[in-house]
Amino acid sequence: MHRKNGFHSYSNSQLTLLVILRILIGWHFLYEGVTKLLSSSWSSIGYLADSKGFMSGIFLSWAGDPDVVKIIDFMNMWGLTLVGLGLIMGCLTRISIIGGILLLAFYYLSPPPMVGYTFALPSEGSYLWVNKNLIEIFALAVLYVFPTQQIFGIDRLIFKKRIRD
Amino acid sequence: MSDIKSTKTQTFSRRSILKAFAAVPVLGAFGYGVFRKRTYDSEIRDQIVKELGISYNPPVLPAIKGVDMSKPIKVGIIGYGIRGEQLMRAAGFANPATIDEWEESAKKNSNDHRLEEFLSQEDLNLQFTGACDLFDVRAKSALEACSNLKRKGVKEQASQLTCKRYLNYKEMLASPDIDAVIIATPDHWHTQIAIDAALEGKHVYVEKGMTRTIDEVYQLAEVIKKTGVVFQLGHQGRQTESFIKAKEIIDQGLIGKINLIEVCTNRNSPNGAWVYDIHPEASEKTIDWEQFQGPTPNRVPFSKERFFRWRCWWDYGTGLGGDLLTHEYDALNQILNLGIPHSCVASGGVYYYKDGREVPDVFQAVYEYPDRDFTFMYSASLASNRDRGKIIMGHDGNMTIGGELIVYADPESTKYKALIDKGVIDPANPIFLYSPGSKRIDAVTSATAKYFAGRGLLYTYRQGKRVDTTHLHIKEWTDCIRTQQQPSCNIDQGFQEAITAHMATISYREGVKIYWDKEKQVIIKGEPAKI
Repeated sequence: MHRKNGFHSYSNSQLTLLVILRILIGWHFLYEGVTKLLSSSWSSIGYLADSKGFMSGIFLSWAGDPDVVKIIDFMNMWGLTLVGLGLIMGCLTRISIIGGILLLAFYYLSPPPMVGYTFALPSEGSYLWVNKNLIEIFALAVLYVFPTQQIFGIDRLIFKKRIRD
Repeated sequence: MSDIKSTKTQTFSRRSILKAFAAVPVLGAFGYGVFRKRTYDSEIRDQIVKELGISYNPPVLPAIKGVDMSKPIKVGIIGYGIRGEQLMRAAGFANPATIDEWEESAKKNSNDHRLEEFLSQEDLNLQFTGACDLFDVRAKSALEACSNLKRKGVKEQASQLTCKRYLNYKEMLASPDIDAVIIATPDHWHTQIAIDAALEGKHVYVEKGMTRTIDEVYQLAEVIKKTGVVFQLGHQGRQTESFIKAKEIIDQGLIGKINLIEVCTNRNSPNGAWVYDIHPEASEKTIDWEQFQGPTPNRVPFSKERFFRWRCWWDYGTGLGGDLLTHEYDALNQILNLGIPHSCVASGGVYYYKDGREVPDVFQAVYEYPDRDFTFMYSASLASNRDRGKIIMGHDGNMTIGGELIVYADPESTKYKALIDKGVIDPANPIFLYSPGSKRIDAVTSATAKYFAGRGLLYTYRQGKRVDTTHLHIKEWTDCIRTQQQPSCNIDQGFQEAITAHMATISYREGVKIYWDKEKQVIIKGEPAKI
């Protein structure tokens, strides 16, 4: 793998796996977003209320304000959906990746898997410091530094001019 | 790579466009997957709704029509202790200091909506013209609350009192300035005051347990019926949306033939065990001890403990039976029309709070309903928070009732066998979940308050908005006064509640099984009555 004209050049297997990783993460985001959009009863409130750790004061105060909860719900639903679409389609991918990392950082920090924290919400696995949110954050970081969207993705059309220049 | 080279061309090549939209089939697959899943989920839901004939909509609440609010009702408060104060607030009158306290608390904790909710509470057009409390400090506080017509804090407190203090409730009842009374005294005074009020033609709202003794139940019921005053017993759970929905669901036969009902009222704090604070200004000079003892046969010297923590002694109350069992029983009586049970056995003891109290802190009562083919079981500890909820068990499913409502199908259900076999119903997941107000988080300030909130006794929801159940219960009473009808927790319901609770208390105290003779309408100790 080396850089050529400011862009990455990958072997076929490298490119294939990177694109698959991008699409899988995109799918994960998109389905999370779409499910929330389609569910009339979904709200972030339970998640916020279950917050522990150094960020919990902020999350709990958000949970207490119905207007803030509405904004958070809206941003989550549409944020997840748009990040998902962006990643799958390779459209405005860098912004999508940054958005995805931000969302995941909130999910990670709301209830961080630290020693001594227990939560009301059931967890499907056992975690200490490292959980799936953290891993997904770093997987997105990998996609940021090894971009594929200008090879397979709408970005190759959007950024064509800049690339040509 | 070739794609980089292609960018050198001025127009998009076909190859470039194909690569740009390479992921479109993924979106297609995604859309198809979502569609399949949604269709499957909605088919299952539709099938459950169709098979069970249930609705996920909020219950239809009975509304009192033709209420003329133009004329104020003049109310007197008798007993301004912890509950009396809560009832006054629910009626729209709070002490100015309380308003300030709520305001301060809301500034520190944005989840604290007490002030906001109090201010948005409907004006019931009541005038509190009389207050009666045997402790001077509380009487003064009651007068300030009664006079706080504009719901303001101390700085904007009304300079003139609009309410009169009566040193004896009889003087208050004799006043033409009183239409109705709210009685929140210790239980040993309930009957006498309610009877005297009814005989004076005053409408009555009385707290639970309705009476201290079983004889008083008959006396009170007779007078209330004879005088026809509007009577409401203080079981605010009558207003809880999930209880009303529970009745709807049970009536539709969702859980099949009911065979066992378990209710519990565990809590674990000194406050929850009635070890209330003793006011620093309490003394023989500030408390009318003789009047407090009133109808109690057992006369004792002045005791602050007995005055403030009266629930711990048989002289003034009936312990867990009258205080907490009654709430659970009334909730289930509302849902299942239980009526008075055929028999009762109760047991328990003073196992944790060995502070000189007489009433048990661990208490169980088992009631039999042979004509309905089920058992109703109550169990409580004042020294453990382990909650088991209110559970109705049927052959086809079980229902857990609290602020929300959850129904599970039974894996061995006959009714649901075909649906379980087809995979439409999974016994591990609820077939019905009703959770009003689930999009909001609420601050509940103390362990005892959390206990009441979890039981749907502190607040409920109307059109998705949180409302104090006691407010709705008082509103129902005043609406009934205005329209001359009896409210939901009327004397008939009160009679059933009180007899049922006394059966448990008597069984515990006398160590015998108690039966109810339906024909003669009396209890029988230790020998079975005809079923």
